[in-house]
Amino acid sequence: MAEAVGGVIGARTADDSIGSAVKDAVITGLIAFLLFVVIVGLKTENAQERLVLVNRLGLAVALAALAAGVRLLLDLFFWRGARARAASEPLLPAGSIILLLGLSYIIGAYFFIVPGASEGLATAAADIFGAEEWRARTRIAIQLLSFAFLAAFVVLTAMGLVLIARRALRLAGIGAGREASKSFLAELGAQFGLALLVIAVVLPLLVVGPQQRYALETASQVLTYIMLGWGLNVVVGLAGLLDLGYVAFYAVGAYSYALIGTQFGWSFWVCLPLAGMFAALWGIILGFPVLRLRGDYLAIVTLAFGEIIRIVLLNWYSLTNGPNGISRIPRVTFFGLDFDRNGENTFHGFFGLEFDGVHRVIFMYYIILCLALLVNFVTMRLRKLPIGRAWEALREDEIACRSLGINTVTTKLTAFAIGAMFAGFAGSFFATRQGFISPESFTFHESALVLAIVVLGGLGSQLGIVIAAVALIGSGELFRDLEEYRMLIFGASMVAIMVWRPRGFVSSRMPTVVLNERRAISGSHVKEGAG
Amino acid sequence: MEYFIQQLINGITLGSIYGLIAIGYTMVYGIIGMINFAHGDIFMVGAFIALILFLFLVSLGIFAVPVALLVVLLLGMFFTSIWGWTLERIAYRPLRTSFRLAPLITAIGMSIVLQNFVQLAQDARVKPLPPVVRGGYTLLQSEAFTVTLSNIQILIIVTTTALMMVFSYVITKTSLGRAQRACEQDRVMASLVGVNVDRVISLTFVMGAALAAVAGLMYLLYYGVIDFFIGFVAGIKAFTAAVLGGIGSLPGAMLGGLIIGLIEVFWAGYFTTQYKDVAAFSILVIVLIFLPSGLLGKPEIEKV
Repeated sequence: MAEAVGGVIGARTADDSIGSAVKDAVITGLIAFLLFVVIVGLKTENAQERLVLVNRLGLAVALAALAAGVRLLLDLFFWRGARARAASEPLLPAGSIILLLGLSYIIGAYFFIVPGASEGLATAAADIFGAEEWRARTRIAIQLLSFAFLAAFVVLTAMGLVLIARRALRLAGIGAGREASKSFLAELGAQFGLALLVIAVVLPLLVVGPQQRYALETASQVLTYIMLGWGLNVVVGLAGLLDLGYVAFYAVGAYSYALIGTQFGWSFWVCLPLAGMFAALWGIILGFPVLRLRGDYLAIVTLAFGEIIRIVLLNWYSLTNGPNGISRIPRVTFFGLDFDRNGENTFHGFFGLEFDGVHRVIFMYYIILCLALLVNFVTMRLRKLPIGRAWEALREDEIACRSLGINTVTTKLTAFAIGAMFAGFAGSFFATRQGFISPESFTFHESALVLAIVVLGGLGSQLGIVIAAVALIGSGELFRDLEEYRMLIFGASMVAIMVWRPRGFVSSRMPTVVLNERRAISGSHVKEGAG
Repeated sequence: MEYFIQQLINGITLGSIYGLIAIGYTMVYGIIGMINFAHGDIFMVGAFIALILFLFLVSLGIFAVPVALLVVLLLGMFFTSIWGWTLERIAYRPLRTSFRLAPLITAIGMSIVLQNFVQLAQDARVKPLPPVVRGGYTLLQSEAFTVTLSNIQILIIVTTTALMMVFSYVITKTSLGRAQRACEQDRVMASLVGVNVDRVISLTFVMGAALAAVAGLMYLLYYGVIDFFIGFVAGIKAFTAAVLGGIGSLPGAMLGGLIIGLIEVFWAGYFTTQYKDVAAFSILVIVLIFLPSGLLGKPEIEKV
């Protein structure tokens, strides 16, 4: 084993010959074989209360060979090439970006709009490989690719439009002219956040047809996670308190609305602030005992609280109906108009429209968009207030904070309470969107997912969280066709992204307090959530 | 009284299993200061490997229980420790110089990967194993209740105690243990005086995974059924045990494991089974509020 350790590490630094790459690949293959020989090579089949072993040694060998092959390719072309290239010019000059843009639009639109096109390729693939399952696989691959191309095109177009609008405004003498000194690409890149906002606002108009309902529901789900991510960002990213039980507050919000709505029949708009308040209260209650704890002790206690709340929800039958959950949660209304087909005050009746189930979906989408934007706005404002600066100071150095007279107790508790309140809002939205909740929706897995969104996006970066949420939740939806491999891909991409960009997607930070000039600093200058 | 003694025996057995897993957490935490969230899933992989090896031996025609146990124990430790080594190599080593939350996220990612990998490779159904170690002794007998100590409980307690002694010896007396303690105190300094830090950290993961494999085997023998999801709950309990005992301390991990096991069994025996996890977590919270660095942990010195 020790030789293998030395071999794998040594080969990377010693020499770059093909021989060492082959040696690496062989070692990787051997290790992979040892990994897979038992757990993949022998399959346990349940047969009438007993287990039978099925020999699958061939699969284990194939997987090991695959691992060796991937290692060889990485060694020969990727790691080595990257080192050689590092010294020379940037990867993609502006011209090729524009070329790629045009090309991606043509390819994406072709396969997306012409229905027979992907079918033809799928049939061709099925013929070549001689197996019918390749038809479905090719179809999925084409769909994924063309979707990615189209999405990239839409984002880039929106960025361009925003840029043009800004320049026009500047020509007309409105708005500051500070960005004029930047290069074209840098200026285009700076419009990314605004472009995403524009896309989000016009999304119901962009997607039409039979896919609209599904697309908007996915978008609402992504926005819920963005909102949760922004809420957790207050606790982890700004105040630096590692919270592994964030889903507890999400659950409190959801159950608050579900219980009040079903028992008293109060409207969503009354319950929303109430749910936020309840969640904030729980944030303070749970935050109080953990004030003295630091780092991983804080993490494990918050995790324990999350589990405790879930177990109580699961077992308190008289209040929460246990694992069966609460169903028939009242739907949200539009100023007293509901979205049902029949009834007194219906939305479509009032506006004289044809009934369409998608109205409710569009309305829900705008609600969560507004809520998420509200969370973002409040967070950005709070960061500039003394309390926000105190959070960031607390993250950087708790002892210095105390010696400067910052009350760490109230600072930590407000961070917990405000983060929890945002989760409470998201929770009551979740309850009304689903119409049914059960403790199953509030497992540790959700907490881990939201934390992953925050860290992958880049701790403390609002835009990064959007990118990470779209990447994680959106890719999960895209791979829905590959049901059984979905979570495996999800976990593996979490690891891969983290190894590739340890500081997250957005690795620069804007300081809140600046002297003279405002400019981004590297994320590695900012401390992590240490508690 | 008889009931109490029976629960005590059950609690110590369960606590031993938790303690074995907790040692893996605490060793890794001590040496590189990270929560290895995937450790619970390494335990689950270990249990699956043990199950498959048992079935394999039976299909080869080996039925002698002591031989089979020993072979499964050793081979299981070997194969599981390769998983532990690979885990560190893929997910943690590239991020060793990174900030602290980065390896935590890869750990959660690897935990998801391992669970779903085993689910894909061995399907999601519950896997039963007929009892391998049978029989036991009757310690006390009254009309109402009989206290029994089964052979499997003896096996678990004896194995755990023996492994604890071996590991204490390794950590305190051998050169590898010295290197590990050196890395724990100061990695840069250790590398300057000739300790191969990468190798020591790899071996720590290997040792933790080997202990998790033993715990997996014991769990399999004790409960007789496993599925791909056992790693999560057992991992959280074991981590709770490690924190309770003071993370970074080996005797603390064992003590914490015993306490968590006892609380769980007594709560389930005297009150309700539904809230046994709540009881264990509540004790953790209460202990940490009054002893913020656990029962046997060194208090963290605040430095400017």
